[in-house]
Order: sequence, then C-alpha cells, then structure tokens
Amino acid sequence: MKRFSQLIQQLEMSNKTNDKMLALVDYFNEADDMDKPYVIAMFTGKRPKRPVSTALIRQWAIELSNVPEWLFAECYHNVGDLSETIALILPPASSISNRKLHEWVDDLALLNDKDEAFKKQFITKAWDSLETSERFIFNKLISGNFRIGVSNKILVNALAKQSDTESSKIMHSIMGKWLPSEINYGDLIKGTHVNTDNSWPYPFCLAYALEVAPSSLGETQEWQAEWKWDGIRGQIVKRNGELFIWSRGEELVTEQFPELHFLLQELEDGTVLDGEILSIKDGKVQAFSILQQRLNRKTIHKNQLNDAPIGFYTYDLLEYKGRDMREEPLSNRRQSLETVILNLKTNQVVMLSPIVPFNQWDELAKLRERSRDLNSEGIMLKKLDSLYHSGRKRGDWWKWKINPYTVDTVMIYAQKGSGRRANFYTDYTFAVRDGDQLITIAKAYSGLTDKEIKEVNAFVLKNAIEKFGPVRTVKPELVFEIAFEGIAESKRHKAGLALRFPRIARWRKDKNADEINTLDDLRQLLQATLLPPV
Amino acid sequence: MITFTNKGIYCKQGDFYIDPWRPVNLAVTTHGHADHVKWGNKAYLCHELSKPILQHRLGELNIQTLPYHKEININGVKLSLYPAGHVIGSAQIRLEYKGEICVISGDYKVEYDGVSTAFEPVKCHTFVSESTFGLPIYKWQPQEDIFNQIRNWISSNRDKNQTTVLVAYSLGKAQRLMAGLAGYGDIYVHSSIANLNDVFSKAGVILPYTIPITAETSKEILQKGIVIVPPVMAEGKWIKSLTHAATGICSGWMQVRAGRRWQSADAGFALSDHADWPGLLSAIKATGAEKVFVTHGYSAIFSKYLNEIGIEAEEVKTQYGDEEEEENIELNKD
Repeated sequence: MKRFSQLIQQLEMSNKTNDKMLALVDYFNEADDMDKPYVIAMFTGKRPKRPVSTALIRQWAIELSNVPEWLFAECYHNVGDLSETIALILPPASSISNRKLHEWVDDLALLNDKDEAFKKQFITKAWDSLETSERFIFNKLISGNFRIGVSNKILVNALAKQSDTESSKIMHSIMGKWLPSEINYGDLIKGTHVNTDNSWPYPFCLAYALEVAPSSLGETQEWQAEWKWDGIRGQIVKRNGELFIWSRGEELVTEQFPELHFLLQELEDGTVLDGEILSIKDGKVQAFSILQQRLNRKTIHKNQLNDAPIGFYTYDLLEYKGRDMREEPLSNRRQSLETVILNLKTNQVVMLSPIVPFNQWDELAKLRERSRDLNSEGIMLKKLDSLYHSGRKRGDWWKWKINPYTVDTVMIYAQKGSGRRANFYTDYTFAVRDGDQLITIAKAYSGLTDKEIKEVNAFVLKNAIEKFGPVRTVKPELVFEIAFEGIAESKRHKAGLALRFPRIARWRKDKNADEINTLDDLRQLLQATLLPPV
Repeated sequence: MITFTNKGIYCKQGDFYIDPWRPVNLAVTTHGHADHVKWGNKAYLCHELSKPILQHRLGELNIQTLPYHKEININGVKLSLYPAGHVIGSAQIRLEYKGEICVISGDYKVEYDGVSTAFEPVKCHTFVSESTFGLPIYKWQPQEDIFNQIRNWISSNRDKNQTTVLVAYSLGKAQRLMAGLAGYGDIYVHSSIANLNDVFSKAGVILPYTIPITAETSKEILQKGIVIVPPVMAEGKWIKSLTHAATGICSGWMQVRAGRRWQSADAGFALSDHADWPGLLSAIKATGAEKVFVTHGYSAIFSKYLNEIGIEAEEVKTQYGDEEEEENIELNKD
C-alpha cells in the first residue's frame, strides 16, 4: 500500500491538473497489477459496503490513543478529517506490514459478516501495523469516501496516456459494470466487458461571455436567441442500439438519468443531441439547487425522482442518420433537430430549447431581464449560419448572462494566498448576521485590486484575533458585497445553505458591520428560488 | 514573581521584562526570532550566541550577555539561562527569588537538532510554556527519519532533473537543514541565510560549508545542488526561473494534510523547532512545576488538558507565535 500512499500524497500536494495526471501515469506504470483495478474503482466512486460504522472507529481510536473525548474532538476540528485525525492521534505502530492495497480491501470486505469483537481486533491490529500515511489510507478504505480532487477526466486521461488508448474508450470502459476483484487491468483498459465502438462523443462547442452591447453584433435577423439554461451541458449519443449520455466534463453519466433512457427506444441509431440536462417538473425548469440533488449519485431515491425529475432541453444536432452535421449551418441543424424531436413519442421530457423571438436588441434586453423567472441565467446568442465548432471560438456563439445575486457580508477569517500573492492575506471567509451571532456564508479569493488587497492585508495584520494554523480570525469590521450565481440548501454548511460561485463584487467601505445582510435574508432568497417558475 | 502585562512578561522584584513586545528598560531575551525580540528597548540581556543575531537584525544595541548556567543577580532576583533547544542561542530564563523558582521557556524543543544546544529541563515552581503544537496529533517522527525522507526526495528530484528548493526559516531551520544534509550535495543558500551564517561563523559557531546565491550563480549549478530559501521566497519569481524547481517546505504544520495542501509546494516535511505533544508534556512534567502558564499556540486546549491530568495550568495571552513576520521584516531590510 506504500506506493498508493505515495500517490495520494503527490495528488494532494499538487493543484496542477497536469502534475496530477503525470503522478497517476507513474503510478499505473509502477504499481502492482492486482492493485490497479481497485484504485480505479475507488477513484470513480465504486464503493464497497462499509464494514464498520464511523462511531465505532472513532470510539476505538479514542480508547487506543488514551485522550479524553473532548480533546479528540478538538483535534478533529483542527484536522478537518476523521480518517486523518485517527491516523495522527494513534500511538506509533509497533511493526510495519507490507500488505498490498487489494489485500486490505478484500479483507475489509470480509469483515462485513463478522461480529464487533472480531472487527475491532482486526482494525486495531491493522492500525498498529501501518505508518501514519498508510493508516490514513486504510481509514479511507473503511469509509470508502475518498475525495482527493481526481476527477474521472484526469483519471481517464492518465489511463489513456499510460496505455496509449483513446480516452473516450477508457471513459466508457471504466464507467461500465465491473468488479475490481474480477477483472485485470489489461482487460479493463481494453474494455473487453463493454463495446467502446459506439459511445464516442463530439467535442462541445462553447460560447464566450458577451461583454459589449449586443447591438454591436449587427443585424438581429442574423442571430438566434435562446434561454441560457443553468443545468448540466449534455450530449446524448444513440448508436447501434446503445444509448450514452456524456456531460460537458466528458464524463459518462448515462446511469444517473433514468428518465432519459426511453431515448434508447425512440431515437434512431446514428443520432447525437446537444443540450442541457435540467430538472423539469410539470413542464417548468427548476432551480439548479434542485437539479443538484440528482448529480453524482450512485443510487437514486424515489423522492428524488419525484422532486427533481430530469428533462433535457436540446438545442443542437451533431449527428443525424449517422452523418456528422457539424459543418452544416445552425439553421439547417435546427430544422433537422425539430424533426427528430417531433418524432419522439414521449412528450415533455426531451424538448426543444425554445427560440426566443425578437426583432430589436432593446426588446431582447427586456426579455433577458425576465430570465430568472424562468430559472434561466440569461440569453444565448448564436449566429444562424454558424458551424458547430470544437471548443471555444470567438464570434459565433455568445452567452449574455444576467447580473448575479449579491449579499453584504463581513470578513471574519483571512488566509494567505498563493502564487504572487503568497505574502498577502487574500483568501477571506465571510459571514452574515444570525441574531447576535455571525455565521459563515462564503469563502472567496478574488475580486479585489492589488491596492485593496494591500489595504485588507494591513487590516488583517493589525486586527488578527486568533491563529489556527495558517488562518487568522479577524475583527468583524470590513464589509464586502459578495456576488453569487445561486443558492442551495446544504447540510454540510453551518448556515444550512451554500452559495454558488461566490466572489467579491466590491468592498463596501461605506457600510459598517451592523448593516450587513442576515441569514434570514438568504433563507428568504432560497425559498423564493425554490418556488415554481411563473 | 512574574506577571503578564500589556508590554510582556514582567518580573516585579527584578524590574525587567522577558521578551516584551513594547519598549522597556531591560528586555531579557529568550532568542532572536522577531516575535520574541523587538527594537527599542533601552537594554537587552541574552545568551552569548543570541547577541550577534540581535545585532544583525536590530542594529547596535546595549546588550549584556550570559553563558548558559551562570547566575547573576538583578535587584535581588537570581537570573540564569538554560538551553531551550529551539535555535542557536535560545535560552530558558530561570528566575529565583527567596527560594521561589520560575522558568520562562520561550520557544523550545526537546529533541537535539545537532545545531542548537540541547534542551535541559529545569526544576521550578512556576513554568511558562509555549503550546504551538499543543495537540496530540502533533507527534514528530525522529529527526533522522525526516532527514531520510528529505534525502530520498532530493535523489528523486535529481533523477528527474529537478532543482531541489527547501523552504526554511533563516534562523534555526536553515542551519538545521544544512547540518542534516551536509554531504548530500553542495548547499546553496539565499542571502538572508548566508548573512546569518556569517554572523554565526564570526561568533565561533561551526556550520557546514554553504555557498551564498548571487546574481551570478548559474541555474545549472543550482540544479545539481540543494537550494535553501526563507519562506518569503517560496512563491516568488526567482524560484520559477529555476530549472524545474521542486519546492519542499520544512515546518511542523506539514504534519497535517490541510497544512500541506494550503501551500503550493511539491513536498512538505514535518520538521519543527517546537516541541510536539509528547515533548511538551515530558518537558512540563520534568520541571515538577506546581503552576504552568501556557502561552502562544493551542493555549486554551493545552491548559485545559494539563488541569485534567492534575497539573495546575492557566492560559496566557501574549503576542508571540508569528515567526513568519520575521522573514518579511528581513526582506524589507534587504
């Protein structure tokens, strides 16, 4: 397990995608062949059943480390991760085991039908045979909850590079059905358990943000306007009797959205749709925070199917009757797309993203103001004669987003930045008022000028109250207006809600800390976004 | 015998302060880190080896020095210094008045680091302890294990044609790294470290051979050697200009993943000049103190724990604990 532990440390130390990828390539070149499918399973969230509860693990760790419960809790609070806290707080191992990763995983799986005494003996013995970094890995194997910033995309790119295979094939292969104990690495990479010939997606065509007045785009009749939806960009591929749904991140998400599986029967072979995966209920698009309940889930609860039913607003056709359509102008693609959608028997699930009719730019600007009522983020402008480009190309497609939400907050924590700002406090945590308390609502890193950063930095140096590692608590005095794109309920945040894409809009030197917004203000906003669209 | 005032730790009978943060007549100084010694006091008293550091950092001062273990009398208070093992010249201050003994430890570590004089426990009635790493998650690996990790990392950097850059405080950690890595390649040091090394050499401290980095130092030479820079340089342009720099931070905070991830470095080594949890506890028990005052660090948690295990303890607010600021001050001076 030492090689894997080394990999995890490398992955955690780097925030550069390419470094992570190279670390993974090295790992797959050097690691034990038996371990590799287990690592792929772990990183793609294929979780074995948890053999021991968190409460028991915690209790045993407290016993062994001989610290009072409250002190353990303080340590946990400081470390922020239970597996790591336990790894650090236990006494040093009395001997070091050389067991391999897959052996540990298989042994843990066998624990499931054993009694508590047996489990305790196994786990405490394991702890006593592992060094700190491996203990941490071992604890993560128990919880099965490995969040280390490796997306499927990075993993797939690494595997593709290591094995010299096309990445879409590997994505398809590892997203398929397989068990690490029953497949070897070579077969998994070759995708012998699936047929990777049918699934390949096209690169998405992306739009730039419109930063000038739309009237500078010229004649209105050369342009098609659509609502800009706030969902997950998706590509639906139907070929040779198989259906695949790819997300913008080029991840295969077919299993997550059973509502769209009817397309397997209703779409012709050789059809590829581009559009937005949304939660659509009673014909109305719901807020992104509702869609969020459906993302990255292995199993979908009945309530979730009810509360957040999935729909697809399609706006482009990339393949039609087996022919690549990307060199056709948008107007032609749209025509064929309309035919495809009209031929569907199931209604109200996969629909055409409507065209927003307009004659004057002013008129469109007025319509755009209403975007939020439809749970849309603004307007998309696409040139009628535009081809379907690979990636981003300036000029043909524009996103014209509405202004974000804002909230006035006070800064309560500061932390030094990275890169050229490493010596300044540039990363701040903001709070709103909740009765006579302040409650954390967002963290933001950007949005101030260098001059303002220096000013805030000086404030932090003078007004730091406490130090928690690199973090300083500061006197709650500075008021900042935070802009954000959405708001959602969140059990993981103390405030009970989370802001989407928060950033500093401006420093409100004109306001003082008793004029900031309250948690109630945000709760009301949350409720308002959850109401069905008008 | 001591009180905690808004200027620092005060000994009333002797009428002097220990590590004051505001100007006073006599500042008894535990060691040369910037959070423990400020400019502007009328007179300073410190260990012989701290004197050149103070002069280097603060200019010409009125400084009286003492070797370890020698006792002097100030207004009836017997004062002597004992090694704190933190950095070169660091001292615990032992005060005795009418049979009552109080020890102010400043910053300390119990493991011998090969450079600073080894920590000595001192029996006392009252002990003032730091608590920088006063949580049971902080348990250092033996220094030799950490150095082996650093050496292995250096070898692997060389295999990949990367330039090894170690980030360490110029006073203390840098000298410790030099000692631990002597013989593993030519050691190149940033000017702030080189200047301190000169100061030590003049004071008779024997340090391993190092080469100061100048504008003329070629990138090829650095790539083959080992580069040591202070934290303030860690993310600067200069490192980016090196050939495939791999940076490694040496600090106790590297023990925890969140601490490692927060830094944009390539490696983190939990090498600290402060006592870890077992170190703090053993040091405090060895003093036999009836009362412990806990200063900078996890002071609330650590004093609560001491009380629970039957050692009377009290948390004290001070302005110590930010060695980082030291490096910024230096940069401004250069």
